[in-house]
Amino acid sequence: MQLHTLTIQEAHQLLVTKQVSSVELTQAFLQRIREIDPKIKAYVTVSEELALEQARKADERIAKGENVTPLTGIPFSIKDCISTRGVRTTCSSKILENYIPQYNATVTDKLAQAGAVLLGKTNMDEFGMGSSCENSAFFNTHNPWNLDHVPGGSSGGSAAAMSASLAAFTIGEDTGGSVRMPAGFCGVTGIKPTYGRVSRYGLIALASSFDCIGPMTRDACDCATVLEHIAGHDPLDSTTYQSPISNYTQNINKPIKGMKLGIPKEYFVAGMEAGVETALQEAIRACEKLGMEIHEVSLSHTKYALPVYYLLLFAEASANLARMDGTRFGLSVSEGAKDVIDIYLQTRREGFGDEVKRRIMLGAYALSAGYYDAYYLKAQKVRTLLRRDFEAAFSKVDILLAPTSPTTAFKLGEKTSNPLEMYLSDIYVVATNPAGVPAIALPCGFSKDMPVGMQLIGKHLDEQTLFQVAHAYQQVTDWHKRNPKIS
Amino acid sequence: MSTIDTKTVKHVAFLVRLGISEEEAQKFSAQFSSIIDYFNMLNEVETTGVPSASDIANAENVLREDAVQPSMSREEFLKNAPQSERGYVKVPTVLGEE
Repeated sequence: MQLHTLTIQEAHQLLVTKQVSSVELTQAFLQRIREIDPKIKAYVTVSEELALEQARKADERIAKGENVTPLTGIPFSIKDCISTRGVRTTCSSKILENYIPQYNATVTDKLAQAGAVLLGKTNMDEFGMGSSCENSAFFNTHNPWNLDHVPGGSSGGSAAAMSASLAAFTIGEDTGGSVRMPAGFCGVTGIKPTYGRVSRYGLIALASSFDCIGPMTRDACDCATVLEHIAGHDPLDSTTYQSPISNYTQNINKPIKGMKLGIPKEYFVAGMEAGVETALQEAIRACEKLGMEIHEVSLSHTKYALPVYYLLLFAEASANLARMDGTRFGLSVSEGAKDVIDIYLQTRREGFGDEVKRRIMLGAYALSAGYYDAYYLKAQKVRTLLRRDFEAAFSKVDILLAPTSPTTAFKLGEKTSNPLEMYLSDIYVVATNPAGVPAIALPCGFSKDMPVGMQLIGKHLDEQTLFQVAHAYQQVTDWHKRNPKIS
Repeated sequence: MSTIDTKTVKHVAFLVRLGISEEEAQKFSAQFSSIIDYFNMLNEVETTGVPSASDIANAENVLREDAVQPSMSREEFLKNAPQSERGYVKVPTVLGEE
């Protein structure tokens, strides 16, 4: 039996029937990480000792039959921007290379309470700034389907780890597609929940009004299981919703027949790779066969989503990253500094990579006197129009279907010399974040031997419908069951 | 075509407290101009009377009791400080003569 390819549900069954222990399961993943990860490089840190300790505790819980949740004893990894007490949390940046948080993010705490086992921290674009994982200050992560290609970004390590079966589930973070775009590139399922559904406490902020933590898994059912355990109100994050979380897994089999599926015409335009287009059209037909009504809808401001997203992200990031100043934590370059300003200038120059520098400078530019109205304020107004587009579409349909990217995963190095071209690879995933609506990405085929991803976009707080449709689709297709042969 | 000259680049670099060389300023200047040019497409959008999207999730104010609660100990907090002395974070002179 291959323990590393089990779904969470399958692993849970084996654990509670005592056919396998959490320690055995954890050791199987640790062994696989040792064998395979040197090729993929998904992990920045492997927390072996902690994992085995958590696994032993999970086995005790299972033996006593106390507090056993569907995640008890299940090994996972988490993006390196989410705080883990006692485990290095770097954001794949030199400035936090040796930073060890003294506290857990709420998500980390919730997973620990559920009894999940932390295998380690996954690579990312520095501070989440990138679409290929190539902006990690440490190393590139490789796409398990073809090692010459990128895994996508910014949660590229989480997506690659999931795709290469280096964890039973992973946690990513989506500010403007950073869960869905790499999920599409690596052929896994991943959700960006509604903004405010999952606590951001302990997440090292990129853009506070966009950031959403979400799971990446083998299928929609596992995704629902993990989200159930990490979602909910948190007094430590005032933007979290008070409203109760529905029982996603229990309701996942509810019928989708007669639901209205919207196809936003602005997402199906010239420039899409032929194989991607074909896969998407087949997915639409599959949904139709499942009894959904297909309607064309318009999200007329779609072409402005990218500049809105990037302008606001730059502005928010420039403020959020001000805390990386070399005085209270992280890298500090104080040699020769005559005052505290010199420490800031030197530390940030050495500690940040080029993309981070570009974005915080452009953020300051967009917020500065004389440009604020033209850029920041204008973007916030167009953001309102983007939200209205979604509201209008959801007055006609229940859910939307769109690609996650116009192409499959591109080659390492292909887009690194042109920042703007790299930004354009996010074109289909950025609009949801300024609007705050949830979206789930899932595999829907292959083009040139690389996975194709689609996303289902839902109404505010209606993750339930996303899971139902994704699950129904995965009952009649097997794209999500394909695993890469890693050579 | 927008141009963001090296002087502007150096100015925004200082606003975000980022040390920058002349060469870097030149490189960023060229990149910024093409990025800002792309952003200028927002000018096509008519936004008269459109409110700014100031809230995103819960529009209501969230208040809590202002009560004393246990927090991280000073010793624990200072574990990550690059330099500390007598229970304080240590930095070079902040206030001085200009």
